[in-house]
Amino acid sequence: MEFLTSQILSGISLGGQYALIAIGYTMVYGILRLINFAHGDVFMVAGLLMVYMSTVMPIYVSIPLMIVLTVLLGFVIERAAYKPLRSAPRMSVMISAIGVSYLLQNLALYATGGQPKTYASIPWISNTIHIFGAPTRVVTVVTPILVIILVVLLTLLINHTKIGIAMRAVSKDFETSQLMGVKINSVISATFVIGTFLAAVGSLLYFTNYPTVVPMSGALPGLKAFVAAVFGGIGSIPGAVIGAFIIGICETLIKGTDFAVFSDAFTFALLIIILVVKPTGIFGEKTTDKV
Amino acid sequence: MKRVIALVLALVLVFSLAACSAGTGSSSANGEKVIRIGVFEPASGDSGAGGKKETLGMQYANSQVPTVEIGGETYKVELVYADNGSDQAKAPAAAAELVGKNVAIVLGSYGSGVSIAASETFKNAGLAALGVTCTNPNVTAGNDHYFRICFLDPFQGTVLANFSMDKFGAKKAYCLGELGNEYDQGLIAFFKDAFEKAGGTVIADSFPTNNSDFSSYINKAKSEGCDVLFCPVSIAYATQIVSQAAKLEANFPIVGSDTLDDNMVLAAAKGTDIKLYVSTFYSEGGNADFDKNIKAYINENADAKTANGGNDTISAVTAMGYDAYFVALEAIKAAGSADPAAIKAALPSVVYKGVSGDIAFDEIGDAKRDTAFIKVANNETALWEFETQQTAAK
Repeated sequence: MEFLTSQILSGISLGGQYALIAIGYTMVYGILRLINFAHGDVFMVAGLLMVYMSTVMPIYVSIPLMIVLTVLLGFVIERAAYKPLRSAPRMSVMISAIGVSYLLQNLALYATGGQPKTYASIPWISNTIHIFGAPTRVVTVVTPILVIILVVLLTLLINHTKIGIAMRAVSKDFETSQLMGVKINSVISATFVIGTFLAAVGSLLYFTNYPTVVPMSGALPGLKAFVAAVFGGIGSIPGAVIGAFIIGICETLIKGTDFAVFSDAFTFALLIIILVVKPTGIFGEKTTDKV
Repeated sequence: MKRVIALVLALVLVFSLAACSAGTGSSSANGEKVIRIGVFEPASGDSGAGGKKETLGMQYANSQVPTVEIGGETYKVELVYADNGSDQAKAPAAAAELVGKNVAIVLGSYGSGVSIAASETFKNAGLAALGVTCTNPNVTAGNDHYFRICFLDPFQGTVLANFSMDKFGAKKAYCLGELGNEYDQGLIAFFKDAFEKAGGTVIADSFPTNNSDFSSYINKAKSEGCDVLFCPVSIAYATQIVSQAAKLEANFPIVGSDTLDDNMVLAAAKGTDIKLYVSTFYSEGGNADFDKNIKAYINENADAKTANGGNDTISAVTAMGYDAYFVALEAIKAAGSADPAAIKAALPSVVYKGVSGDIAFDEIGDAKRDTAFIKVANNETALWEFETQQTAAK
């Protein structure tokens, strides 16, 4: 019993952390039709920023500062690497995204010198508590609650604010909304700001649970969050969240069985099955061909 | 205009990277004779931290004895580096880089997988390679150019299995290694052999590369009622395993191999209730002079301190790197020539007394070693404490 509780708890918290990354993928895809491959690495950079800043300043300064700097990084990446290619073929932007991903990984490699960095232990959320007899960290409980709060706020933002309406318009039809006077660049920047903000929060929770940061730390969570976004229907925020929870929980449950070796294979097999059977995912928008 | 700004921004990013990578490389063009020793070590990737510490030992040795006498002439010894990136796919290219730089002998690598991957390149170039802490039997087996100064995994796995049974009375062990990593899987196989032969049971699992969630595996070990967790993994994984085991209040001791003998792993264990034991090549305090001098060197040299993880705890691999450099010098002296073929021929008969013990080679090219040091982590001071010297024989 303790075993199962413990497994499910870590599955839920892992799923929540994937969800925060997956939202960034799904929002950028919804608006730009771009798979932002650098997103996982932005997540890793957020982790490293926290490692370095927490050594020189108190935690209540470094957490907001880390989030601000990460958001700034997301903004700069969009302005420097994606915006100049706005009218270029979609493939060029994608290649640019891969380039940014490698650039970030290698800069991190240079900064850390290949040494794994230990994440600061954040008071309260790294404490151990017991749930039904299973020991876990407070962050495990905080993660799903925080994810739900953030998703509700995000949905409100998208449905009821001016920028939200603009985002929905842009995701429906890029060119027409431009003709209607929507300031396309500020909408896209806002999307990146929101996406990286969530990735920064996600990294805070993720690295509290798994406190070692290496330059490749963002690769696997990023890839899995991407699978979650596709699984839920890329472009759909609730889809990304539900997909992320399903993947997180399945992954931890499989690791507890004799098939532990196949836990990652499961995630990627799921991607293939979804793409074959239902390419738009669970909550994906139906594509209607207009004549 | 905005396009220009974007371009400038992109260029700044690129050049900042280029500026970072420039500024290495050295030359000694003032006519003195130079013999080059290739340092084939990872400076990046999973084992980057370990590779840097091993290299540190060689650099320190080189700073102590920077010259060698060959046939009455004094040669300056130059260390030439190639980063194999802890990646078996990159290893042959890094090896070829060393061959291209005309090295006389190669030291390394930390990590058996990359050593095996590069072996063919060294063989074709007619170079002798001297493994420092690569413990997998396949590094030296079936060839006449790869040697090593450390003990082997069958020995280490047996030692750790014996230790687990003697010390904790363990009957059931949980083994965890990285999928597809020859070092991890090899050690687990040898541990399993010895442990089962002595009447214990073993559950073995593998995790995929870049995995960071180990709580499921630790939960499994707990629910199966294992007495000991054996994880011969890379440093980055070991720190995760130790801190997650602490979080899950694992009450079994963690036993690790020589890779876990690292400051980072100690830092992860600090302040927890985890009992962490490792087997290793050298235990601090084994040679007081060496300890004192290398600590002074590390503290004076900021780069060395960074490479050592920011403090002056001496890793066993650093001591081994130090010994390897002198074994290479002995081989060069015995050969009486800077010719790689002569050095290769002279290496098997080299006998040297290093800080980590006596080094002599057997017919396979392995060092004859019969004891390993077992160290235990002190969770308050974050230092290693000497536990025991364990032999393979029961």
